[in-house]
Amino acid sequence: MKVVKTAAIAATLSLTAALSLGAQASTLQDVQARGELNCVVTTGVAGFAAPDENGRWEGFDVDLCRAVAAAVLGDAEKVKFIPTSAKTRFTILNSGEGDILFRNTTETMSRDVDLKLTFLPVNYYDGQGFLIRKELGITSAKDLDGASICIQTGTTTELNLADFFRTTGISYEPVAVETNEEGITNYSANRCDAYTTDASALASIRAALEDPSAHIILPEIISKEPLGGAVRQGDDQWADIGKWVVNAMINAEELGVTQANVAKLASKAGNNPSINRLLGTESNMGEMVGLDNAWAVRVIAAIGNYGESFDRHIGPNTPIGLSRGLNALWKDGGILYAAPIR
Amino acid sequence: MASNEKSYAPGQHPDLPAPTNLVGPIAWIRGNLLSSPTNIVLTALAAWFLYTILPSTLNWLFFDAVFTGEDRNACRAAGEGACWAFIGERFKLFTYGFYPLEQRWRVNLSFVLLCLAMVPVLFDKVPYRQYGLYYAMAFPFIAGWLLVGGNILVLELPIVPTDKFGGIMLTLVIGVTGIAFSLPLGILLALGRSSRLPLIRIFCIGFIEFIRGVPLITLLFVASTMLSYFLPPGTKFDLLLRVLIMVTLFASAYMAEVIRGGLQAIPNGQIEAGDALGLKYWPAMRLIVLPQALKISIPGIVNTFIGLYKDTTLVIIIGLLDPLGIGRASLSDPKWTGLSNEVYLFVALFFFISCFAMSRYSLYLEGKLETGHKR
Amino acid sequence: MNEVALPQPQRNIVSRLWNDKETRQVIIQILAFVVIFAFFFIMVRNAITNLEAIGKDISMDFLSQPSNYDISQSLIEYSSRSTHLRAMTVGIINTLLVAVFGIALATVIGFLLGVCRLSKNWIVNKLAYVYIEYVRNVPVLLHILLVHGIIVNSLPTPKNAVVVNEVAFLTNRGFFIPSPDFQPLYWVVAALFVIGVIFSLRFRKYAQKVQDQTGKHYPVFWICFGAIVGVPFIMYFLLGSPIVWEIPELKGFNYSGGLVIRPEFIALWLALSIYTAAFIGEIVRAGISAVDWGQNEAAAALGVTRGRTLSLVVIPQALRIIIPPLTSQYLNLAKNSSLAIAIGYMDIVATIGGITLNQTGREMECMAIVLTLYLIFSLLISSGMNWYNNRIKLVER
Repeated sequence: MKVVKTAAIAATLSLTAALSLGAQASTLQDVQARGELNCVVTTGVAGFAAPDENGRWEGFDVDLCRAVAAAVLGDAEKVKFIPTSAKTRFTILNSGEGDILFRNTTETMSRDVDLKLTFLPVNYYDGQGFLIRKELGITSAKDLDGASICIQTGTTTELNLADFFRTTGISYEPVAVETNEEGITNYSANRCDAYTTDASALASIRAALEDPSAHIILPEIISKEPLGGAVRQGDDQWADIGKWVVNAMINAEELGVTQANVAKLASKAGNNPSINRLLGTESNMGEMVGLDNAWAVRVIAAIGNYGESFDRHIGPNTPIGLSRGLNALWKDGGILYAAPIR
Repeated sequence: MASNEKSYAPGQHPDLPAPTNLVGPIAWIRGNLLSSPTNIVLTALAAWFLYTILPSTLNWLFFDAVFTGEDRNACRAAGEGACWAFIGERFKLFTYGFYPLEQRWRVNLSFVLLCLAMVPVLFDKVPYRQYGLYYAMAFPFIAGWLLVGGNILVLELPIVPTDKFGGIMLTLVIGVTGIAFSLPLGILLALGRSSRLPLIRIFCIGFIEFIRGVPLITLLFVASTMLSYFLPPGTKFDLLLRVLIMVTLFASAYMAEVIRGGLQAIPNGQIEAGDALGLKYWPAMRLIVLPQALKISIPGIVNTFIGLYKDTTLVIIIGLLDPLGIGRASLSDPKWTGLSNEVYLFVALFFFISCFAMSRYSLYLEGKLETGHKR
Repeated sequence: MNEVALPQPQRNIVSRLWNDKETRQVIIQILAFVVIFAFFFIMVRNAITNLEAIGKDISMDFLSQPSNYDISQSLIEYSSRSTHLRAMTVGIINTLLVAVFGIALATVIGFLLGVCRLSKNWIVNKLAYVYIEYVRNVPVLLHILLVHGIIVNSLPTPKNAVVVNEVAFLTNRGFFIPSPDFQPLYWVVAALFVIGVIFSLRFRKYAQKVQDQTGKHYPVFWICFGAIVGVPFIMYFLLGSPIVWEIPELKGFNYSGGLVIRPEFIALWLALSIYTAAFIGEIVRAGISAVDWGQNEAAAALGVTRGRTLSLVVIPQALRIIIPPLTSQYLNLAKNSSLAIAIGYMDIVATIGGITLNQTGREMECMAIVLTLYLIFSLLISSGMNWYNNRIKLVER
């Protein structure tokens, strides 16, 4: 009797519950209600995203996660990092496990349109290169005929490589690896002659090898890899937040706003209206996007501007040692050209 | 007749020693190693095999191994053998994963509590066993609270997010939870599969055969990445919890098959006897059928436990860091690259010790519960 | 008035139904059905809502699109221009390949181990015991990684390859062996082989019949051996060895030409075989020791030799006990092959469930395909073994 009643009630309840669901809260509300940002990152590429010896995540991509958390939650530390392989990253993002993705991800049309992602502005202009042993004495990727090449599955590099060798008409053996660690292990064991991925990541991999000077990165770049963050399609407000956090960091560098001077500049409106708008001392850009007006101040106070973050993690003075190159500001000869905040 | 001969009453003569060619090491060798031409050849082959393999292996493992050192190069400089310094340096990581340093006493305490909980379960001659068993049943929940933290009544522990779990501790969490919950679930499924109600039976068969037909990693992949599609929008639940549920469901399907084998071995007369005594379904099962069926199934049940325990390594494929995952992550550290054999052997040793202990215990239990008349 | 309080049989209707055994069973089943149906209904409904929210649909069209990625080991023709469907086929073939070879090797090693465990030779017995205990108590993933690590780290690079007879080369990039190039005349040999097999099958039946009727005994084994192996072998040389072997040679980075067995395949194959063999060894030992010793004595009393006792009396009876658990070991091996992904062997999970899934973003479709494929494999293996089991099982009169 009791059993019947309970079961009947349970069944009815669950049915009605199922039917009444459907209204979906926005990602911003979800994140704010949770008090934590779920950020999809790589399992470990030194300089971009990797846990240090205390298990704290550090890197150029990680900074962007923290920046978004600072803007949305007011605390750059309220981030939960979800390390993913290249293969699982989009599934994790699309299924709602992650809120935002910063994982050396190349923006492509099929990913944008077919995978139902919305890409944030490019934060690193990259291209695919090859890491090889110096002793091989090779100068061009076209000499790699018959070589075994380690490659991470589920990346655009995998597709580029197939295209490259097809157009040049030479053969190779793809050695598929799941994560960067496996790639390094296989490459160190000489299972493959070359390791191919984005040139920036190659620099970080080379720095992590036992004797970096025994390896070189071929000067040839075989593809365009504009790397950027991404969010799920269908929540424009959330995409806007991601987009303008990245743009704010680039604009801050352009305007000379740094971690050191941001507090002073934000204390009262100054003479430069662009800085005023960025830091919310004039007009109300932050409220338009669903945050408050001090959003960018928090981002820069916690992370710094684009250039500071770059220099801290992957710049010339780090073991990774990347120069700004294409990623310099447009006025310094690069192609970093963020939309203005106005 | 010589005078020093003793005379004995009939039947009182002390036993004479066995003939010298039947005892002693030489006889043993002849009997066990050289009893026939085939055996001689086999012995020679095996001895040759051991001679070629053993010394170099032992040298690599122990005699030439390096136990202290800063990095790989220091190890290589110090000796030819294995570089156990690596394991030594990472030992804490292997044990606790990324569990916060100042909270690690909670892991240690849980481990001590686990050992205490096992005593009444494993041995039946402990005082106050009844209470011990109640405690053992409560243990998974106590440990869950201790490890995750949170607020119970007046006690409060800082919350440790489950993505900090790792290493041997993670293996134990998944293993113990899976073992504790898959047995009852497996019993229910097995009863369902042999139920007289056709619909229940079909559901149980469908569930069991589906789970047994697909590899665990595909299920883990679905649970870790795609489950959110099947939940109401906005629902989140912990990755570790999902893995625990999946592992438990997976093991319970295998458990159900093992127990079904035991149930089938119980003659129908036993159930009829229960009917005759006026017992309903559940009392009859609980008092008559299950005790016998479970006893028969013990080897299978323990094997399923061991299988489950070993399967916990698969969580590295979905990004949780069990000892193997920690080891692989450590291998990409430039200080220690290329020491994969040491890592794998260390993890293998850990699993070997735990699984071997389990299988020994199963043998002991089998012997103890043996009430039949084996010839 | 003194009214006798009658028992009140007319309690409410639900209670009455519940106390009736038959109806209760129906009610429980209906409830179970409703709950489970509701569960699935909710899940599917959620999936549809969630997919709609991000604007995805369910469609299998992607299977006919070019895959755009390369696969290192493929038995059928495949390039990055082939479709995803073809990539999936490559994956299925690779899974089958490692499963079939793994089952074969595991069975051989397993039976050897089982026999060693029963050996009276102490040292052989203990060696087998140590092997079985070590292998059984360590996770299979670890075996795979360990074997792969050993192969990749300890075998030489192509430039320092271990050369076998100047024709085969062992390196950490794989085992390079000569590949046969069949000349037209070779097909005569192949045809002879097929004819030999057919003849042998016929002849065996005939010989059995003759023996049943007259007691006359033909040397069946040798005649069949001659027909299947001997005749084609002689013909092969008479025709002037119509197979040309292509020998691999070192070109640039790697050996080219010939056949190559990739280290990923070797590692997976060896590891799965080593692991499963330990379980099979125990099954075989248990099966053989379960045969009543009296059977041996009976055979001895009839003057049957030791070898024939084993093959005609003990093993046929032991097989009946061995087959069912053996089946589940075969199934486990096939399912464990999905761990290939850990070392980059391109099986089903790595192709359709991995790269294709990721490049197209069709999680639902790809995972559904993968799960269905594994279910089909499991069904095929278990029904095959059931058929064999039925054939050899004790016919009770």
